[in-house]
Amino acid sequence: MFHRLLASFLLLTASTFAQAGFDPLPVDEIAPGIFVHLGASELMTRANEGAIANVGFIVGADAVAVIDTGGSLNEGRKLLAAVRSHTDKPIRYVINTHGHPDHVFGNAAFLSEGTSFVGHRNLPRALAARGHFYIDSFRRIMGDELLKDVVIVPPTLLIDDTRELELGGRSLVLRAWSTAHSDSDLTVVDKQTGTLFAGDLVFLAHIPVLDGSLRGWLKTIDELGETVVRRVVPGHGPVGDWPAALADERRYLERLGSDVRALVKAGKPITAAAATAAGSERSRWDLFDDYNARNATAAFSEIEWE
Amino acid sequence: MLTQLARLLGLAGLLVAMQFGAALAPAAAADPYDPWPGLVQDIFNNRDMNDGSAVIAIEMPYRAEDAAIVPVTLRNLLPPDDPRRVVAITLVIDQNPSPMAARFELGSASSVSQISTRVRVNNYTDVHAVAELSDGKLYMTKTFVKASGGCSAPAAKNMEEAQAKIGQMRFRQFARPGEGPTSGAREAQVMIGHPNNSGLQMDQVTQLYVPAFFVNELRIWQDGNLVLAMEGGISISEDPNIRFTYVPNGAKGIRVEAKDTAGHVFQNEWQVDASGI
Repeated sequence: MFHRLLASFLLLTASTFAQAGFDPLPVDEIAPGIFVHLGASELMTRANEGAIANVGFIVGADAVAVIDTGGSLNEGRKLLAAVRSHTDKPIRYVINTHGHPDHVFGNAAFLSEGTSFVGHRNLPRALAARGHFYIDSFRRIMGDELLKDVVIVPPTLLIDDTRELELGGRSLVLRAWSTAHSDSDLTVVDKQTGTLFAGDLVFLAHIPVLDGSLRGWLKTIDELGETVVRRVVPGHGPVGDWPAALADERRYLERLGSDVRALVKAGKPITAAAATAAGSERSRWDLFDDYNARNATAAFSEIEWE
Repeated sequence: MLTQLARLLGLAGLLVAMQFGAALAPAAAADPYDPWPGLVQDIFNNRDMNDGSAVIAIEMPYRAEDAAIVPVTLRNLLPPDDPRRVVAITLVIDQNPSPMAARFELGSASSVSQISTRVRVNNYTDVHAVAELSDGKLYMTKTFVKASGGCSAPAAKNMEEAQAKIGQMRFRQFARPGEGPTSGAREAQVMIGHPNNSGLQMDQVTQLYVPAFFVNELRIWQDGNLVLAMEGGISISEDPNIRFTYVPNGAKGIRVEAKDTAGHVFQNEWQVDASGI
């Protein structure tokens, strides 16, 4: 109830703020009708307003789909301003590729009559389990000013397996994956241009971040690699050729897995994994020191059950 | 005593979390409020806390890399000729929704010298280890842990897998470098598959909080002698994992029994490798 009240309040304020002149988020038209803002390869901070993930939108003949909304309500409002600077068509769908804060904190900027929020069947559960923790945690990191209006907006349209969404002369193919980067990974393919929005199933340049299952992710990469598209918009990093863009991530995850497996076999404790696993990958990734120990810890707790 | 423990381990945490959840209380980093004196009252009945720096050590990473899996190691520092022994160790994560993470009871004849497990850490927090010695006194030491940033959360990563693994148990023995094969201490590990669900999330359909569901009791014996017992709460990570160093008593097997809050009992028994490895 509290959330619904807050949501309807934000519904009123979202349009006000958009009109109040938030600068449009810079976007590139990477293919006809497909606009992408590349997030900074950084941690979410007050200075970058949480704008670290790639976000974008696809414009059809009748309507628009927004794919991920950014790491703060401010970023969401700027993304809305970017949409409005390119088209007046209604935003029919806001698609969240998974439940992490850098992808969903801007959702409330898009609360509007006629807009459906779309997510993996597990996304409501993930947001219920983590949403309050994320808000508290990032209030500490980014400050109350950026966090005070962030609300968790769960999806209203759930994807069980695959589903096509229609934007008018342009259909998007959504696919829900089993646990990989997270337990709510969803991809979007624009058939018209052969563009895959992979969410955080694909990282380029930015070290992959494991919050699901290492073995599941490697399996998913194999299946995802069979998708017939020309290019990928990863969750983090530059737009890449397909499927070549998967190579670095696969190499990192395989290395992490084999290093951790060797440590488990040798009877080493979990702290040894954090200190040493995948160390050979260090020079190849942005933010390695921020995430590798955490990936190794998560991988260890999975692989020790093999 | 048991109901009081249950309250501290689960219910109190749940109530606190509900209040926090509803009010979206500001994070505690900027909050000068120190919960420790209140915790000493609630958990230890205000008993005197003696300096434990020569009795017990607590090791945790300064930064919680993954909020759901933060390794912690407790070491018994009493010299071998000390007439006192450690009877129990209580682990308290001050800023967690349920601060009392675990209480370990150390078997009287097993000389447990080291215990490692994994906990959830929600916030920037002091973590206290309180040892109760056979002299009846409490000895406290503490460390500080920074919460993790990023997208990690003190919640399950793979709920389907966690559910599928409920009740699976694993036992491992490890070689201890520099220690003899047939005498002296051994190191072993017990793993129990369990989501250890904190109960802090709301069901989307019913808008009710999901009940907490966790392993609240774990006992490890060599034959009839208790090696180690743990009373755990929702701050213990998914798939409870205890690695410990003990002195074998010649028993041929290690037996483990665990119970969860839904009344499930999980038990298993393993042969001890005679070589000690």
